Amino acid sequence: MSRTVVVTGLGATTPLGGDVASTWESLLAARSGVRLLHEPFYANLPVRIAATAAVDPSEVLEKHEIRRMDRSQQLALIASREAWADAGAPVVDPERLGVAVATGVGGAISLMEQYDILKERGPSRVSPMTVPMLMPNGPAAVVGLELGAMAGVHTPVSACASGAEAIGYGAEMIRTGRADIVVCGGTEGCIHPLTLASFAAMRALSSRHDDPTAASRPFDANRDGFVMAEGAALVVLESEEHAKARGAKIYAIYGGQGLAADAHHIAQPEPEGRGVMLAMNRALKDADLSTSDIFHINAHATSTPAGDVAEAKAIRTVLGADADHAPVTAVKSVAGHLLGGAGSLAAIASILALKHRIVPPVANLDNLAEGVDIDIVTGTPRALPAGDIAAISNSFGFGGHDVVLAFRNA
Amino acid sequence: MSQEDVLAGLAAIVNEVAGIPAESVQMEKSFVDDLDVDSLSMVEVVMACEDKFGVTIPDTEVKNLNTVADAVNYITANK
Repeated sequence: MSRTVVVTGLGATTPLGGDVASTWESLLAARSGVRLLHEPFYANLPVRIAATAAVDPSEVLEKHEIRRMDRSQQLALIASREAWADAGAPVVDPERLGVAVATGVGGAISLMEQYDILKERGPSRVSPMTVPMLMPNGPAAVVGLELGAMAGVHTPVSACASGAEAIGYGAEMIRTGRADIVVCGGTEGCIHPLTLASFAAMRALSSRHDDPTAASRPFDANRDGFVMAEGAALVVLESEEHAKARGAKIYAIYGGQGLAADAHHIAQPEPEGRGVMLAMNRALKDADLSTSDIFHINAHATSTPAGDVAEAKAIRTVLGADADHAPVTAVKSVAGHLLGGAGSLAAIASILALKHRIVPPVANLDNLAEGVDIDIVTGTPRALPAGDIAAISNSFGFGGHDVVLAFRNA
Repeated sequence: MSQEDVLAGLAAIVNEVAGIPAESVQMEKSFVDDLDVDSLSMVEVVMACEDKFGVTIPDTEVKNLNTVADAVNYITANK
């Protein structure tokens, strides 16, 4: 049994805006959400650049909700409420409603805050919410409880590919008949001196302190690392049958997913992009698409020296001449890298690109890196053609995870 | 500190921890049945009471604190 899956709701809270509309508007305008971390908390770090949430969760949620949830959970809850409302708050049998919400890091900030409390005030003052706040399945559980989802609540974890993997997992729940609706995607809220210092120790982060909004520059010759970001991006997936029966608006059709692994290094991308190409080809096959159907690519492109060129080469190899009609964007140029939320933010951007037939530009691409031979959108947004078109969205993670999603226009 | 002051302080804590309106926190109310304070929130309420009122509320005592009055009386008697 394989049923057609469609996208019927979107929700996001990101460095670009507190909802999907403002995030999309910032993407089209190439307006950066990256800033200098001037707060004393971040003093003396080798990297003090990040893309923090445009609307802090404390402005949206009740005080007791903030108190009981890790930041990654707060962001996921906000995005889930928007996505669910956007889908029309569908009436669905709870046993047919699922959740797949991923995170790359989990409740790291809560863990560190409670360790500080343990050291300073002793075990009697450690919060009873510590475990629910730090467990990586916490955001999925929070969303599942909010919606009363009983078909299954899941948390795929694959570092920066997690959010995409969650969407693929959610789609499979519907395809195989286990659920009619699944709320899925990823979240991350772990900007903290220790995480910044840790990524900086890997030499993975940009340190362009004199010009933070230019720090994230995918495919540019002078890129020097990614920019940590926080936020959540969730989609409502639904069986086509269920969506049509209730007259839901349909953003796009879920095509399929391709999963692979590099089997190369714990953090460095495999330079030939073999895992990336395997995942892209598998996504095309799963979605029953050929390269001639692809008219847009949302690249993983994090702005690290090693990753971007390998990905560009893989795109050219897989698509061949068809890459010439597949304009590429990279949302991390303005949103930064949402880690566990990155794959689902890229998916939302891909879905909206298909719906509105327009591709947001890549910011900060002044000089194309050597070896990049694909059509990257810069300057102003690019229109997509009429007719049946498909897009693919790439997400890769430390550990060598390769996740590629494919969508078609509705 | 009077019983009224303890009740007001406790109501503020329950509001902060569980999001229950402070005016709903009245002497005869049960934490679990009336105020929907679950066992994890109750631990937080107890921790906050210990800090705010300078009392120690051992776990063996917490299970006897069924109503708001139980808590107010314990705090008033032991602070």
